[in-house]
Amino acid sequence: MTDTIQLAHGSGGLENQQLIHDLFFTAFDNPVLAAGEDAALIEGGRLAVSTDSFTVSPLFFPGGDIGTLAVAGTLNDVAMRGARPQHITVAFIIEEGVKMNMLIRIINSMREELAVSGAQVIAGDTKVVPRGVIDQLMINTTGFGTIVSDCNTRRIAAGDHLIISGDIARHGACIFAAREEIAIKGLTSDCCTLWPAIAPLLEAGLDVHAMRDATRGGISAVFNEWAQQTGLNFNLHEDNIPVSSEVRGFAEILGIDPYILACEGVFVMAVAAQDSAAVINLLHRHGHPRAALVGAVETTQGTATVLLHSAYGTKRRLEYPSGEILPRIC
Amino acid sequence: MKAADTLLQMVRSTDAIRAFAKRIEIDAAQLKKPLRVMEVCGGHTHAILQYGLDQLLPQSVKLIHGPGCPVCVLPQHRIDAAINLAWRPNTILVTLGDMIRVPGSQGISLQQTRAAGADVRYVYSPLDCLAIAADNPDKNIIYVAIGFETTTPMTALLLEQTQSKQLNNLFFHCNHVLVPQAMERILAAGGAVDAFIAPGHVSVMAGAKQYQHLAEKYRTPVVISGFEPVDLLDAVLRIINQVNSGVAEVDNAYSRFVKTAGNHKAQQLVATYFEPHDDFLWRGIGRIPGSALKLRSTFGDRDAEVQFPESCPAPTEEKPGNCLCGLILMGLAQPTDCPLFADGCTPQNPQGSCMVSNEGACAAYYKYRRES
Repeated sequence: MTDTIQLAHGSGGLENQQLIHDLFFTAFDNPVLAAGEDAALIEGGRLAVSTDSFTVSPLFFPGGDIGTLAVAGTLNDVAMRGARPQHITVAFIIEEGVKMNMLIRIINSMREELAVSGAQVIAGDTKVVPRGVIDQLMINTTGFGTIVSDCNTRRIAAGDHLIISGDIARHGACIFAAREEIAIKGLTSDCCTLWPAIAPLLEAGLDVHAMRDATRGGISAVFNEWAQQTGLNFNLHEDNIPVSSEVRGFAEILGIDPYILACEGVFVMAVAAQDSAAVINLLHRHGHPRAALVGAVETTQGTATVLLHSAYGTKRRLEYPSGEILPRIC
Repeated sequence: MKAADTLLQMVRSTDAIRAFAKRIEIDAAQLKKPLRVMEVCGGHTHAILQYGLDQLLPQSVKLIHGPGCPVCVLPQHRIDAAINLAWRPNTILVTLGDMIRVPGSQGISLQQTRAAGADVRYVYSPLDCLAIAADNPDKNIIYVAIGFETTTPMTALLLEQTQSKQLNNLFFHCNHVLVPQAMERILAAGGAVDAFIAPGHVSVMAGAKQYQHLAEKYRTPVVISGFEPVDLLDAVLRIINQVNSGVAEVDNAYSRFVKTAGNHKAQQLVATYFEPHDDFLWRGIGRIPGSALKLRSTFGDRDAEVQFPESCPAPTEEKPGNCLCGLILMGLAQPTDCPLFADGCTPQNPQGSCMVSNEGACAAYYKYRRES
């Protein structure tokens, strides 16, 4: 481990994962935590719990704000476990001097986003810190939901089909562009609550094995984590991965791989092959028209890897994201 | 962004890629001996590995990776200088993104220097320094300028505006290097390369003309290429055809952006503010006369090396240890030849700069090709 915490330790990539495993998993070791899923199961496997802290600059961005994120992000983690989001706690840490109007705007966004899943805020906390201690506002939320069908990484099997629910990297590209003050017309965050898309799949009894929302580290982090945890190969067909022209343009200009950029309203699924067409069909009908079959899981003799296949017959590794995301020099 | 989609569909067309690959296979069968083509630019190296273009070439055509990665060729004493400058009192150190990752001689990078408390920032456009300098009148802003011919005009423009706005708190630490001089060093050393794919963005600025003397003097084909699969395969095919015809000339396969004379305005800006640096040390390659640019002496009051000499250590030749970066930058070894590759040298714990820089050949192999 390094002597100091670097930004890379929080970026959802390799350093982040190492910190979690080497420090937190070791210190707090127990079977529930060790499962390493987006949401933990307690109460005999009936209740899914997930917690997340939100710090984003700028607080308001095209397509949402920190309030939208704090609700959708945590409830999505609960939903990814196959649980219906029902309750959420909210803790605010606010910098002295923040405008009341701004806080009200964020609270209203949270209320609107809660209405999408019907989840309720059941507890909260407020702390105000002196000017300069933090940058405006941070929010921590913890979500709870009841299990409908336990989806988890251990259920992923060779032969599973891999589905991505929509065009990727919009949130990451949007925030990066806002920070760099690069105006790209039509580039908005994909931030949204995913439960309305997931409920129909679970209610239809489709054989969904695992789901992950592709937040920090993007789809690259999800597939690489799955490869490491399952010991299986993940083969992806590059041409099938949905990317909007706005994100494509942004990524090309800055030399950043869209696969490592965060999504906040797009998730990745491993499903039984015979059900993949039905899953995609339902996603299309429930607000995710770009959902697509992107690849399949297979066994491996060597080290489990994520491979991207081109339409012209070449292949390459999709590497676990690492380090801070930096634009190229030229 | 629809225009971007249309352009990308053309230059990444599966049919076109397959057609070029087929044609290369047919024409390469006429080669009398194996052909070693060096792509000079790190951006090309990454594109080749990202798209797997080397997998489409016959065995007789081998791509060799060159020194065109500005961070890779920067010697440690210049990174040490940037770190020392960042620790000066009342200082904001600004540079381009890729630069903050590379460790100096003490194994510390600008990224770690920032985490330890120094004010280190990266910008996408050097002109962002103007706002930083205006917003922080009580601080010294030191811009660590880096890059080949592509980024030098931006530094020159920043200096021009710094002068016109009379921002007396903005200084420059210049690390701008030149491509043809590095190519000539490789050719003069001999033996590694039969032809060059010349950089695209560099040539947009400097023009196709800057390789003319190399093609003639060393009888070596030079084809300028863009960064897309179709561009690069087109460049390889043109090289094969030159070799088969016994020709060695400069050819422009990136004519949608590159002109023979280049960007005249950019060249004028550079000439106004910069002069050749007589004694620039390249990492792993050594000293190459006239291969870098420094601020003209009339702008000494802007030059961090003149204003803060105590922070800028003298050039020192580095001992490479087991790291093969020097040979890799010269085209004499491939990343996977290095005993440290992926085993003791990774992007998280780099031993050489070819692994740490985004544009480095080792980083590209690690990212796209690592076996385990």
